Amino acid sequence: MPAREPFGEPGTTHAQPADLDSKRQQGSGVLGALRFRHLSVAATAAVLALLLPACGGDGQPGGSGPAASASLDPEADLRKQRLTVSNWDGYMPKDLPARFKSAVGTPVTVAKHSTNEEIIAKLTASADSGIDVAFVSGQYAQALAAQGLLEPIHHDLVPHLKNLDPLAARLAHDKGNVYSVPYTWGTTGLCYRKDLVGYTPDSWNDLLKPRAAVKGKATMLKTERWLFLPAQKALGYSVNTTDKQQLAQVKKLLLTAKDGLLAYDDTTFGDRLKSGEAVLAEAWDGWCPTDDKRIGFVVPKEGSDLWTDTMVILKSSKNKEAAHAFIDYVLDAKVHSWVASNIFYKVPNTAAMAELDPALLKSYPALAMPPEELLKGESAVDLGDAATAYTRIVTEVTAG
Amino acid sequence: MARRGRAAGRPHVRARIVLLGPGLSYLAVLLVLPLALLIGYTVFRRGRFGGIAYEDGSTGENFARITDPLYAGVLADSLRIAAVTTLLALLLGYPTAYAISRLPGRWRTIALVLVVLPFWTNFLIRTYAWIVLLSSGGVVNWALTGIGVIDRPLKLLYTEPAVVLGLLYAYLPLMVLPLYSAIERVDPRLLEASADLGARPARTFWSVTLPQTLPGVLTGCVFVFVPSLGNFVVPELLGGGRTVMVGNLIRDQFLTARDWPFGSVLALALMAFLVMLLMAQAWAGRRLGGR
Amino acid sequence: MRRATLLPLWLTYAFLYTPVVVLVVMSFNRSDSPYEWSGFSTAWYSTLAGDDEVLRGLANTLIVAAGATVLSTVLGTLLAVGLARHASRSRLLPALSVLPAVLPDIVLAIGLLAFYSLVSATLGLHSVLLAHTVFGLAFVTAVVRTRIAHVDPSLEEASRDLGAGEVTTFLRITLPTLAPGIVAGALLTFTLSLDEFVIAFFTAGPKDPTLPIVIYSMIRFGVTPEINALATLLLAVSFTVVIAAQRVSRLTEAL
Repeated sequence: MPAREPFGEPGTTHAQPADLDSKRQQGSGVLGALRFRHLSVAATAAVLALLLPACGGDGQPGGSGPAASASLDPEADLRKQRLTVSNWDGYMPKDLPARFKSAVGTPVTVAKHSTNEEIIAKLTASADSGIDVAFVSGQYAQALAAQGLLEPIHHDLVPHLKNLDPLAARLAHDKGNVYSVPYTWGTTGLCYRKDLVGYTPDSWNDLLKPRAAVKGKATMLKTERWLFLPAQKALGYSVNTTDKQQLAQVKKLLLTAKDGLLAYDDTTFGDRLKSGEAVLAEAWDGWCPTDDKRIGFVVPKEGSDLWTDTMVILKSSKNKEAAHAFIDYVLDAKVHSWVASNIFYKVPNTAAMAELDPALLKSYPALAMPPEELLKGESAVDLGDAATAYTRIVTEVTAG
Repeated sequence: MARRGRAAGRPHVRARIVLLGPGLSYLAVLLVLPLALLIGYTVFRRGRFGGIAYEDGSTGENFARITDPLYAGVLADSLRIAAVTTLLALLLGYPTAYAISRLPGRWRTIALVLVVLPFWTNFLIRTYAWIVLLSSGGVVNWALTGIGVIDRPLKLLYTEPAVVLGLLYAYLPLMVLPLYSAIERVDPRLLEASADLGARPARTFWSVTLPQTLPGVLTGCVFVFVPSLGNFVVPELLGGGRTVMVGNLIRDQFLTARDWPFGSVLALALMAFLVMLLMAQAWAGRRLGGR
Repeated sequence: MRRATLLPLWLTYAFLYTPVVVLVVMSFNRSDSPYEWSGFSTAWYSTLAGDDEVLRGLANTLIVAAGATVLSTVLGTLLAVGLARHASRSRLLPALSVLPAVLPDIVLAIGLLAFYSLVSATLGLHSVLLAHTVFGLAFVTAVVRTRIAHVDPSLEEASRDLGAGEVTTFLRITLPTLAPGIVAGALLTFTLSLDEFVIAFFTAGPKDPTLPIVIYSMIRFGVTPEINALATLLLAVSFTVVIAAQRVSRLTEAL
């Protein structure tokens, strides 16, 4: 134990013995302690001060304030604004922010979320999440709007809305694109290894009641509504059912399906299929890596959903004009086409889809699916009060 | 060391405020209050969009829900996994710590550092490394197939043993360090005396070393058990969502299902177990210390 | 006999280092699949260097760790001294001060999320910093308290008798004696904060992730060899730091 010399050189520091009493009672003692107390009070105050400005960014308890969305300034200088956009990883061309910046002047920071629930949690957790534009699936956009968190889309600031497929302007979760703008749309189906499965799957039961070659090597999506989808369709129910009996049946079916699963996987099933660890996966059509010739995609005969991923603007955003400009930029036919050919998902933009390279359509047949076909799928909507029942079932199915 | 008998006057009250005030008020606001909030949440219902629905009034249904065998099962699984991990850590950690303590002085430090060093790379990456090792195309299977022990890849990943392995890997150093510390403190004269009295090394170990190091054993066990129990990253990455531990449930309730009341009840259950565990450890510590 | 005693040690090292070795080797693998080797390459390191997200995450992590360490050290040292002098008979206060270290991190994480939600705080680096300070405070307090026994009260008395005020005594006698403990506590907090994932995950804002959060989302999305390069670098840095610390004998003692 090294001996530490607490004093400096002996004799340098302290007062002469004669001054003891007065020094002790006044001087550095009292003043020193006072300064010290100020220091600690200041420290505590600093802690609180760090918290307070962060409290309640705009003063409104993120609620259904009737504050009419302040009219936005079409002449705003976009170069002075900054955008933060939250999206799934790899769901946007990597150079899109840079291109937007050179076109419009606003710098863009990209934040990532890996599931809808994750971004919803972040958006609802604090008054101002710092996000200006978020990419969320349709029914979640509907829920956000119902909570008063979204800025209505000012159509006059998004002239490219006219590029949208007319069918995309009437989707169940947001008719008329009041607070969300469709970015991509598609359906969910079975993504499988043609060489390892041994037959062509055509039913959701191929996933829920798998054959021997598939058992233990199948994956299902875990994000709430998509966990339910295969069972709901296999039983012939609506994806928006709130009937308690039906939900009980769905839960039972999902529980029996669990044994045949390798894992619940929303993000890495593509890799697992490629490595052969999984041979059958419930997958969103654009995420199925059909460019690998061994992998195929099929929409089961019982039908599937029509999901839409949308762009929404947060009411707490301080850069609403730039946010609108961003959405408008994305909807430009050339840009939107670049998006589709980059992420391999269909976009609800007729002009953009027409520009796609035919060779791409061969590698990713799902891209070639015409909108009419797509619309056979059922759109998911926000379930309102039944949402709690759904989340409970998800917990009970996945925790077992 | 308390200096009793000094006149307790103004300077002491002031000093008390200055020294204790900032730290305690910080903890009051950022520790006690959050925990109190969690306890309070347990009696409310989930809001329509998640969070808390204060307006729906209080309810005991969250507590009723946790008695469902499903959740009791998850809790039991978690306890089991954490216990197995702790046991393995002890079985591997004790001999390791013992071995280190028998090394000549200079090497001891190096040996200890080498045990702790992997701990300093990111925990997530270390867990991820096991995915690479254990997957059906991964290193372990490749090696086993290579030597001819197996024909087809074993399913190692996304199983409960994989989770135990991941937890063991994460927390082993936390067992070794307190154990080493305890073993090193055993008075060498006691060991000498035991040898002089004719005891063989094994006997000396069981009769002298082990009892003397029991408090260190307890500490090491707690250091491994507590984080293992509440962990959700390892079960998620190595368990493939099939092995669900209490930590996963809590995280899901808060960030996915956003059923905060139920998540709070689960957290409370976790805390209750840990309080009991720590009380048991303290009691055991006192019993042993009394010798 | 000797060899048998050392066997567990080798076993432990094999267990601890095999994954590390695999990561290091794979970081130099040209192929992006960890299951095949296609030649030596340092390309992943360049990818890593150009990865903005990782760099931002690293910067954020350092900011949070530094801030939390400073705050924890100040509050913790004061608290430790206060507990030793003014609360030595209390069982509750010391227990409270060590509670964050004993509590499972997920409980602390959700509690803080609930608290931030209650005060409608905006989440960001500051929310993580304050959160990390909660457990940092506990560790610093605990470590410094073990050091308090070394503070010779007669020296403090002597200082006072010679006319130095409370503050001077504290600064010039108490603190230097406590210094090894304070440094150890600060280092511990810094290290823990750097690697801390769970609490940061719950309390970080969406656009300011810390490095562990960035790594987590990289892993969630599947294998990318960049992670191996990152792991190797982190290991190299840790190794260097440890060697450097070894030169400072004080730290061995704190162990």
